[in-house]
Amino acid sequence: MKKTMITIAASVMMMASSMASAATTITGAGATFPFPVYSKWAYNYHKESGVKLNYQAIGSGGGIKQIKAKTVDFGASDAPLKAAELDKFGLMQFPMIMGGVVPVVHIKGIKAGQLKLSATNIANIYLGNITKWNDPRIAANNTGLSLPNENITTVHRADGSGTTWIFTNYLTKVSGEWGAKLGNAKAVAWPNGVGGKGNQGVAAFVNKVEGSIGYVEYAYALQNHMASVLLQNHYGNFVAPTSANFQAAAAGADWKNAKGYYMVLTNQPGVNSWPITGASFILLYKTQAKPAQAKEVLKFYNWSYNNGADAAEKLDYVPMPKAVADMVRNTWKNVLKDRSGNPIWK
Amino acid sequence: MNTVKKYISGDVAFKGITLTFALGILVLFIAIIASLWHESLPSIHKFGFSFLSSSAWNPVKDDFGALISIVGTLLSALIAMLIAVPLSIGVALFLAELAPDWMKAPFGTAIELLAAIPSIVYGMWGLFVLAPLMAEYVQPALAEYLGFIPLFTGTIMGIGMLTAGLVLALMILPFIASVTRDVFLMVPNNLKEAAYGMGCTTWEVVRDVMLPYGKKGIAGAIFLGMGRALGETMAITFVIGNTHHLSASLFAPGTSIASTLANEFTEADSDIYLSSLVELGLVLFLITFIVLGLAQLWLKRGQPGGGQ
Repeated sequence: MKKTMITIAASVMMMASSMASAATTITGAGATFPFPVYSKWAYNYHKESGVKLNYQAIGSGGGIKQIKAKTVDFGASDAPLKAAELDKFGLMQFPMIMGGVVPVVHIKGIKAGQLKLSATNIANIYLGNITKWNDPRIAANNTGLSLPNENITTVHRADGSGTTWIFTNYLTKVSGEWGAKLGNAKAVAWPNGVGGKGNQGVAAFVNKVEGSIGYVEYAYALQNHMASVLLQNHYGNFVAPTSANFQAAAAGADWKNAKGYYMVLTNQPGVNSWPITGASFILLYKTQAKPAQAKEVLKFYNWSYNNGADAAEKLDYVPMPKAVADMVRNTWKNVLKDRSGNPIWK
Repeated sequence: MNTVKKYISGDVAFKGITLTFALGILVLFIAIIASLWHESLPSIHKFGFSFLSSSAWNPVKDDFGALISIVGTLLSALIAMLIAVPLSIGVALFLAELAPDWMKAPFGTAIELLAAIPSIVYGMWGLFVLAPLMAEYVQPALAEYLGFIPLFTGTIMGIGMLTAGLVLALMILPFIASVTRDVFLMVPNNLKEAAYGMGCTTWEVVRDVMLPYGKKGIAGAIFLGMGRALGETMAITFVIGNTHHLSASLFAPGTSIASTLANEFTEADSDIYLSSLVELGLVLFLITFIVLGLAQLWLKRGQPGGGQ
């Protein structure tokens, strides 16, 4: 809750200050997942350049809607748009930051990093096929851990969410049954459990409900001191959610061959890869009616690629590798034009 | 003559102005219904009347139905009424009739202040304070002694339909209690004194004089509370569990129309999804309209004035 208050206070202050001064302000809206790092970057960038960012963390779906309605300079989404949809609306996207989605549990006597879940087991829990914590299928991976005879309550997002998109993308990859019955989307027809609004809502429910399991963005798991689980990755190892393991998952990504930067980082190969890793994307119109404004947006994100890594790592995000940043800058050069066809980024 | 004319023209102008205000309300009312209807047309065309009876809610397959949300709205309001009505009448009677004078003002103000607490605060309190108490004490006790009834079975979570109804009950209690107290205070003293003079006990005065005299006012207070309960959003969203499932158990999570809208509106990305949410809003509008309409009809059946 405290975080929400700070977020609200911060955005109100940002709005108020943007109205108060005539200085350049760039506006964006979308994903909540990268909001902490975007606001940190915006703060540092403003000190250097005087340019302000007004970013409304209204959710990925909202970000896509706002950019389509052209009310903001850029949109932000955790779920990448497919190349066909980008073309349909004349948009381009590029990845800005990566991070991990982490399953967290609330079971008596279980601390962070103690419970091991295989990919099949976490899918079966959310499908409702496993309903007790002492189910032999869970116990099989957890010799030596005493699991209570307790009902499992699954917690999911009640609102549409990029975090849900990443999580269900993972479940679809590891479970045929999940893919057939529920699929991969920002909101699905959850077969059981309770829904919390936002990462905070899920964290609050997991903290309050005994025997629950939920999934949140890594920073929320850390801040709320939640018991994260060890997940079995594609390689077969049980890995912990750490920055290093998110980076391991991100390292193998083949951005070069991802058309329109459509890239999903779930269930990546690699010995230490955290299996539910995701990238967050920025959306821009290819043809810009206000090229000067678009250039300010690019300058901000260019600055963030070059100088933002420290701030991102401090908040447990994974910055984009330099090679990817170079590719993105190249794409800016080739794709973004003003109305008379001149490139905006040179 | 001139002055009289001036007065009359002033009256006409005044009447015209107030008529415009009144018509403005009517126009607004019709405009809201019309825009809700217009926005829900895609969903109405696609699902027809089965929207009301379908328990589907699948954003991936674009298949939506209102049944679960309607049931959740009515059920949580029903639980709230069952708890709040007897409690409020008791509180009102105490304040109007039984409390010593020095208690009346502070208690009365305290009850009215309860109504001033924002609903989101009730929601947070419900989640962080009431829900753990429910999970620790109330629900286990209910499950142990009344567990043979399906209503009190299932996983104990603290949140869910029962907790939502309880939070709602606390929210509407001040509305019902303070109006009911005012109704009781309007019972003429000579009626009460006559009853006491005939040797009635306090309970008999309450049952045979005050309740019959004030029944219309009390009914009005109850419907005021019910209207609030049906549309309450934030407090419910915190504790109802926000999940599209029907369950026989009151311990299970569910969803109401208002909380579904609050959760899903911003991220509804397909047209039919958005349209279905608007149609849900239309359904809520109609439910409150029907409930309050029936209440009006029922009240009109009685005689005008104080009741009896």
